[in-house]
Amino acid sequence: MILEGKKAVWKDYQKEIAEDKYYYVRSCVRQNFFPGSETAFLKIMREELNKDVYEHPCHTSCTGIGYHSDIVPVETTMTVVARQFALMTEAGYENLMPSCITSFGLYTEILDTWHHFPEVEEKVRRQLKKATGREFKKPKNLAHSSDVIFKFRKEIGAKAKYKLINKETGEPLKVVDHIGCHYAKMFPSKGVGGAEYPYVLTGMIEEWGGQIIDYPERRHCCGFGFRQYLVQANRGFSVACSKEKFESMKPFKPDMIITNCPGCPMFLDRWQYVINEMEGKRYGQNGEGIPVFTYEEVAGLVLGYDPWELGLQMHQTDCEPVLNKIGTDYSPEDKYNLDISPSYSKKHNLINV
Amino acid sequence: MGKHVVVIGGGVAGLEVAGQLSKVGIEVSLIEKDSNTGGHLNKWYKLFPDRRKSSEVMEYLNGITVNKGINLMTDTSIEMFNRKRDHFSIVTSGGKELIADAVIVATGFDLFKSARKEEYGYGIYDNVITSADLEEMFRKGEISLTNNTIPEKIGIIHCVGSRDEKVGNFYCSKLCCVTAVKQAIEIREFLPESKVFCFYMDMRMGGALYEELYREAQEQWGVSFIRGKVSEASETIDNQLLIKVEDTLAGRPLKMKLDLLVLMAGMEMSEGGKKIAGIGGLRTGENRFFAATDNHFGSNKSDIEGVFYAGTCTAPMNITETISHARAAAIEVIDYLKCSN
Amino acid sequence: MDKFGFTISTGRQIDYESNDRRIAEYIFEREPSFRLCIECGGCSATCTTGNFTDFSLRELNILIKRGENEQVREKLNKCMLCGKCTLVCPRGVNTRNIVVLAKKAFQKSDEYAI
Repeated sequence: MILEGKKAVWKDYQKEIAEDKYYYVRSCVRQNFFPGSETAFLKIMREELNKDVYEHPCHTSCTGIGYHSDIVPVETTMTVVARQFALMTEAGYENLMPSCITSFGLYTEILDTWHHFPEVEEKVRRQLKKATGREFKKPKNLAHSSDVIFKFRKEIGAKAKYKLINKETGEPLKVVDHIGCHYAKMFPSKGVGGAEYPYVLTGMIEEWGGQIIDYPERRHCCGFGFRQYLVQANRGFSVACSKEKFESMKPFKPDMIITNCPGCPMFLDRWQYVINEMEGKRYGQNGEGIPVFTYEEVAGLVLGYDPWELGLQMHQTDCEPVLNKIGTDYSPEDKYNLDISPSYSKKHNLINV
Repeated sequence: MGKHVVVIGGGVAGLEVAGQLSKVGIEVSLIEKDSNTGGHLNKWYKLFPDRRKSSEVMEYLNGITVNKGINLMTDTSIEMFNRKRDHFSIVTSGGKELIADAVIVATGFDLFKSARKEEYGYGIYDNVITSADLEEMFRKGEISLTNNTIPEKIGIIHCVGSRDEKVGNFYCSKLCCVTAVKQAIEIREFLPESKVFCFYMDMRMGGALYEELYREAQEQWGVSFIRGKVSEASETIDNQLLIKVEDTLAGRPLKMKLDLLVLMAGMEMSEGGKKIAGIGGLRTGENRFFAATDNHFGSNKSDIEGVFYAGTCTAPMNITETISHARAAAIEVIDYLKCSN
Repeated sequence: MDKFGFTISTGRQIDYESNDRRIAEYIFEREPSFRLCIECGGCSATCTTGNFTDFSLRELNILIKRGENEQVREKLNKCMLCGKCTLVCPRGVNTRNIVVLAKKAFQKSDEYAI
């Protein structure tokens, strides 16, 4: 591998990411699967980086999940998205920052559609006015929350308590980065690093001490396409996609996987259990699985947050191997302890949002 | 004749036209941006279809141009190119002004920059090379991987940078298919234990003796031809290249590991030629090569009277065709100079 | 195992590395004109059997070359050995002999390893 060649590719795909004053729109499902991720993100943005991140209490799902499952028609989706923009305009913000990668893909797609077909935009404005009486301005900047963490990775790295290094061997951890398909595959120019060698998570890992692995199926989808898994009979295809990735990454002996999409970590995490049940295969070392993290969880770990506050106990593939490798200070017996006392809270620097 | 012609470009076409014009007593100035003449010919090992040495063609070209009174200016490029009332004014990078009665543009081609096809990993993976790199290996007399071992399985990908909307080149570069077949045979000659696979969209063997070469590659040398466009290459843990290709004739995708991957880089309009087009006000076509006034009986003429084209600056062509095209350009110039008297 | 109501889909890629190409090598050694095939389909177009069944000599030639032997084994029996394919082939491949040699190779590999 010639790293200079890759870096030349990354240089070609840069994007504008806003500095401050973000309008945050949450994911529909991430708070269920990975409860600590969005809270950790807000704590990092507001307390560590002192940024203004605003959440409107009335914002809804962007209906991307419905649109991609052929349940919600595209015009309805566009009008719902227009309402999101209207709420943002009313709150006085211009920089849209979605938490979900499908949302990001949807917003990019809709803005691009309106750019090429202004009559559609006009129609959506009329529809929104008729349905809710609201008006909107299009966002000036659209950046996914992983883009923002990428932008401030150096600042986070400077405050880091731990590095992604195996404290016993001194070697950087081998990390597999998995990018959501809706991030760069739809509009390569809107993703940091483009579609072939996305850089957004690679940049974070490199800054925080880890080492990225390039394996043959790096760009393969994890299988979380809505139609694939919503219908039970199709899930075999979904699992086969994740399995293809695991088989390909196994010889490289990765320590962990980092992702930036709501669905991908869910799949890569849960399907390891399913594949083990159905075929008895495991892909980590010593008969373990490969722990899967969201980028907020990795940022939180690196900054020294308590893993159980980050929600790592909710992962099906155990994360302890990575916690042990980087030397996180945590108490294993508190893993499922839901009864949090104030002294515990103080001792473990818990997130108060 | 007392006339002065400037030839821009000292490759195969430039040398041939300069040689032909000086034979009939016309004064020629030949301008070449590199230190040597011959252009790309200096890089090749053996030429299709009969695999004769490229140095023999260079010898012939030197024979008609060296010590024939041609004013050769190497390491020189053009800064200004203007048409005056009855002559052309050309200012070189050395600050010299040349007055010409006619100008022949023979700026040739550049090879497609294969790093632009990110998915093949040129410049990123260790053992991905272009056809030009392979010719260099042939000239040195050894084909080896970056870790100095001999490759056992070699893949050749056709149409890299040609017939490809993604890089903006819709045209076919015409010669890459026969080059791939020639190189496949040469690899098998150098490495008798190797297996060679050619991945093609179409086999374009449209020149004299090309189809026979294709047959020879299959019959005598056992080269495998798989119809399908390689979508991507990745590096495995033991540094082999894993390619994904649709075996279109079997109707199924195919996965294969290779030790070495050779990309057939297409031909593009040269950077020097683009500059001349700009400063001289010469028209280029959609494929960015120079556009001649007529496709059938005016392929050497530009839209400007007195400015002519020779060789691959107009379209991809092989050496035989380049030499013929250059000879035709010479006839056009001689004709033009007679009439303009 | 159908524990969850679905089975994991298997890949349909031709895995060149793990395929057994000994049948192809057996034929290449004994019928050198096999190397000349460009899979143009002239043979399949005229094939008597191919007209009425899913037998395609072009397809079988490719599958043999790639080592996808199991897909070829049974279908070979459909060939009537009429020889029309050999009349059409522009490259001069002795197509009928390829079918005979393939059948022989399969028979041998069943009885003892070739």
